[in-house]
Amino acid sequence: MDGGNKMKKLMLGNEAVARGAYEAGVTVATAYPGTPSTEITENIAKYDEIYSEWSPNEKVALEVAIGSSIAGARSICSMKHVGMNVAADPLFTVSYTGVSGGLVVMVADDPGMHSSQNEQDSRFYARASKVPMLEPSDSQECKDYVKEAFDISEKFDTPVIVRLSTRIAHSQSAVEVGERVDYKLKDYRKDFNKYVMMPAMARRRHIEVEKRMAALREFSDTTPLNSIEWGSKDVGVITSGIAYQYAREAFGDVSYLKLGMIFPVPDKLIADFAKEVKILYVIEELEPFFENQIKKMGIAVIGKEYLSVMGELSAQIIKEKILGEINEIDNPINEIVPVRPPVMCPGCPHRGMYYVLKKLKLNVSGDIGCYTLGALAPTESMDTCICMGASVSMAHGMEKARGKEFGKKTVAVIGDSTFIHSGITGLIDIVYNKGISTVIILDNSITGMTGHQHNPTTGYTIKGEPTKQVDLEKLARAVGIDRVRIADPFNIKEFEKVVREEIQAEEPSVIISQRPCVLLKHVKLEPVLKINKDKCKKCKMCMSVGCPAIVDKGESIEVNETLCVGCKLCTKVCNFDAFEKAGDINGKA
Amino acid sequence: MEKLNIMLVGVGGQGTLLASRVLGTVALKMQFDVKVSEVHGMSQRGGSVVTYVKLGKKVYSPLIEKGEADIIISFEQLEALRWIEFLKDDGKLIINEQRIDPMPVIIGKAKYPEAIISKIKENYKNTVSVDALSIAKECGNTKAVNIVLLGVMAKATDISKEVWLEAMKEVIPQKVLEINLKAFEEGYKFG
Repeated sequence: MDGGNKMKKLMLGNEAVARGAYEAGVTVATAYPGTPSTEITENIAKYDEIYSEWSPNEKVALEVAIGSSIAGARSICSMKHVGMNVAADPLFTVSYTGVSGGLVVMVADDPGMHSSQNEQDSRFYARASKVPMLEPSDSQECKDYVKEAFDISEKFDTPVIVRLSTRIAHSQSAVEVGERVDYKLKDYRKDFNKYVMMPAMARRRHIEVEKRMAALREFSDTTPLNSIEWGSKDVGVITSGIAYQYAREAFGDVSYLKLGMIFPVPDKLIADFAKEVKILYVIEELEPFFENQIKKMGIAVIGKEYLSVMGELSAQIIKEKILGEINEIDNPINEIVPVRPPVMCPGCPHRGMYYVLKKLKLNVSGDIGCYTLGALAPTESMDTCICMGASVSMAHGMEKARGKEFGKKTVAVIGDSTFIHSGITGLIDIVYNKGISTVIILDNSITGMTGHQHNPTTGYTIKGEPTKQVDLEKLARAVGIDRVRIADPFNIKEFEKVVREEIQAEEPSVIISQRPCVLLKHVKLEPVLKINKDKCKKCKMCMSVGCPAIVDKGESIEVNETLCVGCKLCTKVCNFDAFEKAGDINGKA
Repeated sequence: MEKLNIMLVGVGGQGTLLASRVLGTVALKMQFDVKVSEVHGMSQRGGSVVTYVKLGKKVYSPLIEKGEADIIISFEQLEALRWIEFLKDDGKLIINEQRIDPMPVIIGKAKYPEAIISKIKENYKNTVSVDALSIAKECGNTKAVNIVLLGVMAKATDISKEVWLEAMKEVIPQKVLEINLKAFEEGYKFG
């Protein structure tokens, strides 16, 4: 880079993690996309020296990384917090086997739920699985801690979890880049006592795990990852990650014990620090993870009696809740500001499907992706959303609870990537246990919400190389679905006919709703539309599709030309032929 | 200049992320510590989005609190109103005159406030409004709205134009660079 900061580059936390993996000599990286973790593996994929993949789900991703670690390579696996629930099964047992090549698991929490269905605190996974956990507080530390995590992994024969939160993963700050180490593959060693976890061997390995925990506790007391910054000793603050940054800004010149290794915590260091300061605060987002451990040590601390276990912290919240400094600035303009919730994009293929589901007044078991937005106004046609893949199995449960007639008024909707992630197992359940559910797979040729990642149904790898493509139709037939239909959600009449036929069937069916995401580069946008005011009767039928580009201006209905992509869905519900081409606003007629 | 807090607010999909990347790169070139905090994921689908850019000798929290922003660039009128209380009393506000109705307005459950820009100007003297969309259109692509606004802002700082141009050349992909450099020029002229 030019300019003054010669060695420094501005990087997202996630990008810095990727750089850390590169510099640590990693050769295998796996992940399933999930906000806010996605860019880790997207950036790793740019390094030719590292094999990387989008795996079908987090469990598979972690298993691939474990295999690669046992085979001798430094390996990294990344996921969002809820992905760790999916990967928990292998996680708890790889804690017993330990590693050969270093194994690092990246997990990104989402306090405040910017893009998640819950705000679980993944630190409890470290404790439950007895795996050490590190937590960086800016992009530089993201890079440094990942490298450190690999050293710890190999030194202590353990996987290591590195925890991020949204504001670390998605903040950019300066990172000094270094060279990649020349890491040599470790020899492949057959050792069933270590790597085959049957009861007899697992009992012996559990002893090793407890010994390792004791060694890690000692390490935590001495590692520079946990450090004290002395200031005024009137106040001491124990904190980590993004909460450290907020605390620094709120408290100013006081003393800090900044934890970089957050499990196991450094008991002795904490006790020594506590002795030196008059008042001790614990500043942490989400659960009182440190606080309860410190209280258990018999040390008085102040934390969650003032700070919420919900949502994100900020310097302002700490100032208000703990220091009593209220920010009284208010909006001087006395206006009600309407909220702006996210919406499906203009031209989104899901819109046509939801138009039909709403018209037929169906019960809709939903899932995780852009199409979850179908639950919001004006579509308001998705009834449930729990976790990845749940739409399919829950539709089955609804039918079993309320009977076949209810089942005939119910569909599951699930995206292509989500279906591969964990919808397929639910579908097998429906077939095996004689359900009659109708499952609509929204095949938009990409993993959408996380920002366009390939998946097994797209025919391309993470590096954009062509590969075998899972054929959803054949897959459905292979597990025993005899009624598989493919329909274009923008052909509303045909789509409605197909849905009506399939929900009535006394057997399970799959409808593949096929149309690519409008944001894909290869999707050709058509000329923008406008409304011919002489023809428009203001019946507002076009508004019922819920497109953000169609606006009711009171006197007339208008198309917002900067948003319209010419998808023509509105023309299919207009009975008066009132939409016409307006030409390209960028000048190309 | 010791520190500078800038917010970019707008509607998901309007290109705030690229603009903040350019800003961050400028900061590094000026030897500042810098943090840029942005939102990815769900709200990028047409929701209200905000990016915080903080420059200084040492930056801790990446977030800007109420009354702390030196500059707010609003990509849309209503979003300016939503975030206005984050602006310092003498802070600079640059509003793109574009209006994008949020879904509650579209379906008639809420009203889009009238005369936003003049109401803001009454309270915040250091406000400029710009029809960035028309300028971007003239430059050849409506998507360059973000860089037009960046150009307007660049003029309001005491950072030299060369630094901005260098940063854009580093951050913006080659095939759209020319249009964006033109958009920056037009914005800079306006500012």
